[in-house]
Amino acid sequence: MSFSKKANILTKEEIARAITRISHEILEKNRGSKDLAVIGIRTRGYVLAERIVQSIKSIDGSSLPVGALDITLYRDDLSVVSEQPVIHKTEIDFDIEGKNIILVDDVLYTGRTVRCALDALIDFGRPRAIQLAVLIDRGHRELPVRADYVGKNLPTSQKELVQVKLEEVDEEDSVFIEEAQNE
Amino acid sequence: MNRTATIKKKAKWVHKDLLGLEYLSKEDMNLLLDTADSFREILDRPIKKVPALRGKTVVNLFYEPSTRTRVSFEVAAKRLSADVINIATETSSVKKGETLNDTGKNIEALKADIIVVRHNCSGAASMLARHVNISVVNAGDGWHEHPTQGLLDIFTLKKKLGRIEGLNVSIVGDIAHSRVARSNIWGLTKLGAKVMVCAPDILVPSGIEKMGAGITNSIDEALSNADAVNVLRMQFERDEEGVFPQQLEYFKNFGITEDRLKKAKKDIIVMHPGPINRGVEISSEVADGLNSVILEQVTNGIAVRMAVLFWLSQARNKKGKDEDTD
Repeated sequence: MSFSKKANILTKEEIARAITRISHEILEKNRGSKDLAVIGIRTRGYVLAERIVQSIKSIDGSSLPVGALDITLYRDDLSVVSEQPVIHKTEIDFDIEGKNIILVDDVLYTGRTVRCALDALIDFGRPRAIQLAVLIDRGHRELPVRADYVGKNLPTSQKELVQVKLEEVDEEDSVFIEEAQNE
Repeated sequence: MNRTATIKKKAKWVHKDLLGLEYLSKEDMNLLLDTADSFREILDRPIKKVPALRGKTVVNLFYEPSTRTRVSFEVAAKRLSADVINIATETSSVKKGETLNDTGKNIEALKADIIVVRHNCSGAASMLARHVNISVVNAGDGWHEHPTQGLLDIFTLKKKLGRIEGLNVSIVGDIAHSRVARSNIWGLTKLGAKVMVCAPDILVPSGIEKMGAGITNSIDEALSNADAVNVLRMQFERDEEGVFPQQLEYFKNFGITEDRLKKAKKDIIVMHPGPINRGVEISSEVADGLNSVILEQVTNGIAVRMAVLFWLSQARNKKGKDEDTD
């Protein structure tokens, strides 16, 4: 099966605006940045987490702690995935006890990644609350999970593939949809 | 998982068993070392456990006394949420004459997933691996190999110095009876380090130079250019013919002391696989000194063994399934 590009969803500027808006919403909902910490799910969720922290800094001057979470070892499909996983480091060098954690990922789809991330996070302590921020919510949930902050809601078919590209890892900022080609 | 992550070309783990570093490629070893590096952080968490091997069973089958290695494997398996069963052969059916292969077959029939075996015969782990379909980890077989010890020595060096390629590593002590020396030589030379072994002639096995190691009888020469020295225990219990040097004599000629280290590189790394014999192969000042990483080796050993158990169980998961061609 191969994929071909079908539609552009977000440009570089639109991604930047979404990050800024989400940052404002986080500050609004939490009434400022007190006790906030941002943790991104590797790889692209962590990139977005760093951008949100930067954005919040430019809004209210606070420097929030930022961490990276690798959820490979918590996956419920470790025994069924066809490609071998790559295990990266989890790097959370602050105490999450009592914090309001903003968990960040690039795409919210089945909800299974978020379920793993919640398990992984809670092994580090007991945060006061965990809120979820995603750049794209594409639907098709298989678990009762919802996002508190969404860059863009994007109705998709399950045959489609949502690609998020971020400069820090992909050398460009864009979001587009690819569709499976039956050969 | 969302599917936005681009699927990169990754190192693939294909081995059912870990029998020795001789049989691993550079890529295999780097995969284990990188994975161990990611696992290392788990050991410092308040809750030192991840669910990756939930529902798997690891059996430690030890035909030789061992504290460090057995406990290390047990801790590693438990940190990954596997169930662990320890079999000490003194209290098992082995006493009633059961062979290694039969014991292995029975463990397989008990639906265990991985056997970690320590045996006093070289090649025991390989033989067991051929007779069972479940994974076998060699935790030391006679004088042959002790691959996880080799890997944890290499991992510790890499953590300390940032690289393996181009390092000069000297291994001092009873090379002839040492599986640790052999695993170190295979692993280090494959990863691009230069290895020199140093021992009295009687303890240098013939053919060791064919594995890619240099040989010297001079401890000063072994230390002069070394980035690290791996000090081996004198295995007096193996001296069946009474040909070993006396303890004091050995310490005088080959013991690692502060005076000898003064002539070496200032930040030379001193390793020892344990158990140490103070005043025989190493002085107390050096063992407890600033150059020593002996206790870090013990901690790193858990992370390395976690990586080994993880990838062996992954290889088993994949058996008979189609590979992703992306």
